Amino acid sequence: MTTASIQLVRAPRVDYLLRLGDTCLILSHRLSEWCGHAPILEEDIAMTNTALDLVGQARAVLTHAGTIEGRGHDEDQLAFLRDERDYLNPTLVELPRGDFAFTVVRNAMVSTFLKLLWSRLRSSCDSELAGIAEKALKEARYHQTHAFEWVVRLGDGTDESNRRCREALADLWRFMPEWFEDDEVDRVVRAEGFGPAWSELEPAWRDEMQGLLAEAGLAEPAGVAFRSTGRTGVHSEHMGYLLATMQTLPRSFPGGVW
Amino acid sequence: MTPVADLRDERLRTAWRVLDDVLDPEVPAVSVCDLGIVRDIRVRDAADGGGVEVVLTPTYSGCPATEVIEAAVVAALVAAGFGPVQVRLQRAPAWSSDWISEAGRRKLREYGIAPPGECAPDGARPIRLVGIRQPAPAIACPRCGDTRTERLSAFGSTACKALYRCLACREPFEYFKPI
Repeated sequence: MTTASIQLVRAPRVDYLLRLGDTCLILSHRLSEWCGHAPILEEDIAMTNTALDLVGQARAVLTHAGTIEGRGHDEDQLAFLRDERDYLNPTLVELPRGDFAFTVVRNAMVSTFLKLLWSRLRSSCDSELAGIAEKALKEARYHQTHAFEWVVRLGDGTDESNRRCREALADLWRFMPEWFEDDEVDRVVRAEGFGPAWSELEPAWRDEMQGLLAEAGLAEPAGVAFRSTGRTGVHSEHMGYLLATMQTLPRSFPGGVW
Repeated sequence: MTPVADLRDERLRTAWRVLDDVLDPEVPAVSVCDLGIVRDIRVRDAADGGGVEVVLTPTYSGCPATEVIEAAVVAALVAAGFGPVQVRLQRAPAWSSDWISEAGRRKLREYGIAPPGECAPDGARPIRLVGIRQPAPAIACPRCGDTRTERLSAFGSTACKALYRCLACREPFEYFKPI
């Protein structure tokens, strides 16, 4: 690592955008790991295309976060030159990609959340954010449809595919409560009309996921006391390795272009 | 109409014609105008510095062609004597495949890509339960026109396409996704 990290001036709107932008960025990175490894070619293309949409959304959101922060940080600096504690994605999206069941169950959970969030952000008081949301919403819908098709196919498939879906759900479900537990960031942006508190999305998220699980013949896992803390910058042990892979090129060759 | 306004209208029409020759780099059968991604062109008077401003809307957030298109639009207008050219990206209202022109749809079909079906009104598309197991709407094969086709892959060689196969002539073909 040869390039110094950037330091951010934190504010509720900046944090709110980083939570969203980092969710897109980090999940995009995990999905890109399927390139050349997916079980079938069609899904290799699907995962990388979804990753492409997500990285496009991350670019727009991080660019806007940099503008609001007002210190001249651009999308590349925000994506590649922050330290681990300055990434604010929920822990769920940084977990290693797992098997294909793990990937599609996580995609179903995240795309449902993002669809609901983008939908609300269309009426943000910030017109730039509203514009980004209008575009991204269409993409999130397509991602959700694709993920749902796979969860039903695997959940209602063979004993083996059903078992893998159950295991994926058991591994993933406990990382979700974090998304819906508001803090000061949520409260401030909500009061300002910048965006919804994430907890507002929970009833609709739960409703859509329960519909999916019923269709797929899967049971909703029981709630647990465990709480992940990625949204506040305290990540799992996987995050450092992910960032090392993601950041090594731009940090070793600052300003490098194709 | 004053001669000055006449002249500006003429330049505006010429600018649109110039962009109608700028092809999409990933689907080189259709122009950026056919695709509906050129939202507006404004010809500026010499007093305002001259040149033109072009408003483009991206098709997909991560579409790698966006920057190539931007550069191609600038290059074409500069070559036609319109410089300086400014490009502004506008995300809202979000691009819809419904904006592809009739000519664009015909060119896509001739190129072997099935044009997109009409987009469901906002939020009306069934996403869960009812949507999961329902067959997709019939897509006509661009080669033989038969509607007995099946989807092979929800995603394709570019962000905007899915992969289909015709059950009549057995040929695979690409489908421009409705979005």
